[in-house]
Amino acid sequence: MRVSNDPKDLIKRVRRGDHAAASRALSLVVDENAAGEPLARDFFKSAGTVQKVGVCGPPGAGKSTLTGRLIGHYRSLKRKVGVLAVDPSSSISGGAFLGDRLRIMEHATDPGVFIRSLASRGMIGGLTHTIFGAIHVLEALGCDKIIVETVGTGQDEVDIASVVDTVLYVTTPAMGDEIQAMKAGAMEVGDVFVVNKADLAGKDKAVGDLKGALALGHGAGQAVKAWESPVVATAALSGEGVAQLAKLVDEHWTHLKKSGEGRKRLKRQHATELQFWVHRHVVKNALGRVTDKDLDDMVTRKTDPATLGRKLLQS
Amino acid sequence: MDKPFRILIAKPGLDGHDRGAKVIVRALRDAGFEVIYTGIRQTPEMIATAAMQEDVDAVGLSLLSGAHLTLFPEICRHLKKKGLKTVLVFGGGIIPDEDAAALRKAGIDRVFGPGTPLQTIVDYLKEKLPVAR
Repeated sequence: MRVSNDPKDLIKRVRRGDHAAASRALSLVVDENAAGEPLARDFFKSAGTVQKVGVCGPPGAGKSTLTGRLIGHYRSLKRKVGVLAVDPSSSISGGAFLGDRLRIMEHATDPGVFIRSLASRGMIGGLTHTIFGAIHVLEALGCDKIIVETVGTGQDEVDIASVVDTVLYVTTPAMGDEIQAMKAGAMEVGDVFVVNKADLAGKDKAVGDLKGALALGHGAGQAVKAWESPVVATAALSGEGVAQLAKLVDEHWTHLKKSGEGRKRLKRQHATELQFWVHRHVVKNALGRVTDKDLDDMVTRKTDPATLGRKLLQS
Repeated sequence: MDKPFRILIAKPGLDGHDRGAKVIVRALRDAGFEVIYTGIRQTPEMIATAAMQEDVDAVGLSLLSGAHLTLFPEICRHLKKKGLKTVLVFGGGIIPDEDAAALRKAGIDRVFGPGTPLQTIVDYLKEKLPVAR
């Protein structure tokens, strides 16, 4: 095999900052290999030590290119960066084309950058069920910033907000008017809003629409929040606005640490991680025991979903 | 396939023609593999680093420029240096039959020439990878 799977050796090497060991550990954890569990237990001790930044938004908004720019910015400050980039698995073949890495190749050989592409493997919502385990590997590896880039998603995929500390919602000019920005869903979970491709026409209107929609809550009598999500314009291809974005991301981290909101979010993250764990081990396990005969029995009305469901959960 | 096998498709050197690589990426995706594509104009070190960080089961190299005798062995050297001693490396492109032996010696398990049916490549990986894992 490539690198030894011995848990003690892997843990030691990951904690020393060994990328090859981290890569192997990631495989064991995301493949839900039995050898991954002792690793996950150890790495969890490092959970919550550094800021996790989520990059979400519709497909083609420039999330990967922007991620590449953020890496460049953090590297100029000598911070070590870990990136987890999720792309969709095919519901038909189970295969996937993981294309985020291609946009970040300029950092390919930088020893201070670790990038891993992950497939969603059947999870809807822009992430994958083993995302937390993957994050803990990067925390144990000693990354100073962790960026989680989601599958390009629609309007109501908000899972990312229970996984990371700071959510960047990336959109572009011409993604719609202020009515779009008023809708519930992803718009509610952004901690920083980014209008990317700011070199395109319509940037000012897009920024204005977003700011307007975010401020509507005040008119409706909502209390002013301790953190009002700012809107920033960037052009990821040229790098314009990236330093300002990074500054806002840092400010949000400071806010989280000072306000107690950070602890609240960490608790929510752990609750979600537990939920994913139970889903993997109970739900998937139960559904894996459904036989073709069970399905036939429902068609012939010998049983029904409720009866069958109870039987599955008890056995 | 239980957990999907992961494959890195890479284009080393100064060769911007990646239609073939994209066709392979698509075929492997549809055959149930998780495929990572590096994009064009990669150095051997970039390819080896990507293979290491992605912990892939195989690396497929596509090259049409004629520099395969220089670049392919160089990539194999970098892979070994990164500790990827058993990763399966295969190649494709405009590669004369008489070069295949030299490439095999350098660590390229198999070379697929122009006109290879996609199913041949899929079958090759499905046969080879479970043994390696």
